[in-house]
Amino acid sequence: MRQFSSLVRKEFYHILRDKRTMFILLGMPIAQIILFGFALTNEVKNARIAIFDQSKDIATNTLISQISSSRYFDVEDNLHSYKEIEETFRKGSIKLAIVFPENFNNDLEHFNKAQVQLVADASDPNTASALSNYATSIIRDYEKRITNDRKLPYTIKTEMRMLYNPQLKGSYSMVPGVMAMVLMLVCTLMTAITVVKEKELGTMEILLVSPLRPLKIITAKAVPYLMLSIVNIATILLLSVFVLEVPINGSLLLLVFESILFTLTCLAFGLLISASTDSQQTAMFISLTGMFLPTIMLSGFMFPIENMPLPLRILSNIVPAKWYYSIVNAVMIKGADLTIVWKETLVLMGIMAFLLFLSIKKFKIRLA
Amino acid sequence: MNNDYVISVQGLTKRFGHFTAVDNISFDVKRGEIFGFLGANGAGKTTAMRMLCGLSKPTEGKATVAGFDVYTKNEQIKKNIGYMSQKFSLYEDLTVKENIRFYAGIYGKSDQFIRQKTEIVLQQLHLTNEANKLVGSLPLGWKQKLAFSVAIFHEPGIVFLDEPTGGVDPVTRREFWNMIYEAAANGITVFVTTHYMDEAEYCGRISIMVDGKIEALDTPTMLKQKFEARSMDEVFLKLARKASRSDN
Repeated sequence: MRQFSSLVRKEFYHILRDKRTMFILLGMPIAQIILFGFALTNEVKNARIAIFDQSKDIATNTLISQISSSRYFDVEDNLHSYKEIEETFRKGSIKLAIVFPENFNNDLEHFNKAQVQLVADASDPNTASALSNYATSIIRDYEKRITNDRKLPYTIKTEMRMLYNPQLKGSYSMVPGVMAMVLMLVCTLMTAITVVKEKELGTMEILLVSPLRPLKIITAKAVPYLMLSIVNIATILLLSVFVLEVPINGSLLLLVFESILFTLTCLAFGLLISASTDSQQTAMFISLTGMFLPTIMLSGFMFPIENMPLPLRILSNIVPAKWYYSIVNAVMIKGADLTIVWKETLVLMGIMAFLLFLSIKKFKIRLA
Repeated sequence: MNNDYVISVQGLTKRFGHFTAVDNISFDVKRGEIFGFLGANGAGKTTAMRMLCGLSKPTEGKATVAGFDVYTKNEQIKKNIGYMSQKFSLYEDLTVKENIRFYAGIYGKSDQFIRQKTEIVLQQLHLTNEANKLVGSLPLGWKQKLAFSVAIFHEPGIVFLDEPTGGVDPVTRREFWNMIYEAAANGITVFVTTHYMDEAEYCGRISIMVDGKIEALDTPTMLKQKFEARSMDEVFLKLARKASRSDN
């Protein structure tokens, strides 16, 4: 215990003395939350749209006025033919066209069913999907409202000409992604580097000649980073609740537990890297390509996994961030509890145990 | 096993695949002796030393360090030895005191022991005023002396020094050797590898390794007589000329 506390104290000195790195480690979550929450948002406001209303009745009028009064849309043009839609798109003056067929209200009244067509400019897929979603939700709203007045439900079928990524609001999905990224960076990259640094300096030899068990050396290295990660988790959650106004709908305890589980997985990966390399550069390179890129590409945070080709979808299953991202998404945004995310949690635990087993084994082999 | 011998090695061998790094070496080191372990780069010194420190398992042969078998009791060995490597082995971003405290702590020493002994060591090294300075800001010579003090801080029976004076100026080297003598006088056995032949003259006995084998083992005076040489340098050159292994 005395040995262990000496080790942990020493690791804290290393971190606290290196002001620049510490500033980056603690400042990074703040910078990323702000960057992803505000600057890189998928949210689109005041998009110019055109409407081709072939029915011109009371129902379409109400819907159009609702759409134009929303803060997402500016109705730029009223069109009079299908040909015009294409022309306006080509000019690039609109992002979305809404087409009401003839007899819209009539269909609604007599068959309880009507159709709307949304045509979006898919050259910018993210904006396109966001806009179609906004429009759809306005139509759903209207549908619900008129249904309340009547006994039979009305359905307005929206048909999208282009269906892309259904990501709705920017910051909601960004928060879990940023959490995964920051934790991974702090834990994997920093642990890998700190162990390898001692190998480079030659101090690792001294530690190995001492009566310390290798496992103790390694766990002592991980403790400060685990603590740092908890600080980072708190920063991110506070920022997202109070600055981005993303609610924590599920249990906070569960969220923290899952985050610590993910942190441990990242630490295990960092240790595995440090046990397999001898230079800081290699360690950094492996952490970035082995963890950072897959986290961004294959976790579903930036690019939806459902849209990926099958091999990538299969590959994404071994990326811990994918599981963590979907857990946080479910717990934080959708308010899920453990009965819903137990499967993901088990997978994450499995990955962690595997990585830990591998790194301890690797460490021992290198000692022989 | 004779109790007077703190290190006892018989037929120790280490092979890496087809390469025999250490080839059937045997020697004994007495308590309080300064034992020089010489050889060109790649002669197998470091590998032999690593086996004695419990860092590496021998392929064949017998060896005991501080009375403990290197195969089965390497945890016990680690508790009873100090080690200082050719690379500078203190943490530059920790202060002098923090470094001492850390190394004493990993050997499980009590706070009281650490506090008392730190004062003594700092006084001996004339570092009392620098106690709270970062080690990175000290001159290299001071760092090396501090590293040696740290290596014997937990009062081990044996200290292994792997080229401890590399890159240090002659005056500091002289001071460093005075510290080694003092440690030996206090009953610590010193096992030292070196490149500097003038340093070899300071050792009680010397073994010279060539291509993984011990080619000569005696006191400096006897070695010079035997090889009809005026200095250890000459002895070494005569032996090293036989080497077939190149650098590393």
